[in-house]
Amino acid sequence: MLVVFYILALLTVAGALSLLLVRNPVYCALSLVGSFFSMAGIFILLGQEFVAAIQILIYAGAIMVLFLFVIMLLNLRSTEPLALKITLPKTVGLAVTAGILAQLTSVFSSPLAKLGPLGDYPPERLAKEGAVQIVGDLLFNRYVLPFEVISVLLMVAVMGAVLLAKRRLPAPPHPSAPLKEGP
Amino acid sequence: MIPVEHVLILSAILFTIGVGGVILRRNAIVVFMCVELMLNAVNLAFVGFAYGMHSMTGVVFVFFVLVVAAAEAVVGLAIMLQIFRNKGTLNIDEINLLKW
Repeated sequence: MLVVFYILALLTVAGALSLLLVRNPVYCALSLVGSFFSMAGIFILLGQEFVAAIQILIYAGAIMVLFLFVIMLLNLRSTEPLALKITLPKTVGLAVTAGILAQLTSVFSSPLAKLGPLGDYPPERLAKEGAVQIVGDLLFNRYVLPFEVISVLLMVAVMGAVLLAKRRLPAPPHPSAPLKEGP
Repeated sequence: MIPVEHVLILSAILFTIGVGGVILRRNAIVVFMCVELMLNAVNLAFVGFAYGMHSMTGVVFVFFVLVVAAAEAVVGLAIMLQIFRNKGTLNIDEINLLKW
């Protein structure tokens, strides 16, 4: 099981790295899809089959297809120069990135991150009741307010996307223009 | 039994690759995909903590992160479509109207 985890972790990191290094945006999107698939495998290993399923359905399915649609709609050529030339901004960026990695690693390996099994959902209970049922119960009872708020967020996002993707917006009236209707 | 630390370190590595992509890449869509990768790394950390702590709250938060990621992708891609219509490029070095 540990070996499978390491193989999947390697595949995930490989997909992410090729997202970073490949020039063509279509190849970038496809390598990211591969990375998401291996991450879904890791979720299954961690006992969360439902999260793995929605990872594949929503991320690898819906969101990445949206990305591919936009890439092909815009017919982007890879005019980006190859990432081998070393410039000052790139060096600074790599240094910042390395700093973030060091900080995250030190936080995650500190004793603060070792919390131990404090929760009340051990794997046996998960297997008996089913993760989907537990998640649904939490979502609709304890976290019902965030759930409603997130639905409003989704609606606003859909409206914003429709507004932005319309071909031409009518120009708003100038603030100093006189109003048409008097009292 | 997978050690929780390894899951968290993997999540940190993926997040860092996403940050590196945001800093180093010049194509706006690829930058956007790197943001998605960062959100996914956070999801992995949530699931890893839920697995280690025998809790389900992290899994519920994965759903919230997922919805935010979807909303962000939809709005961001619509903005990029408009930018491409107006400027004819998605190179973020050339989109510098707000740069002083």
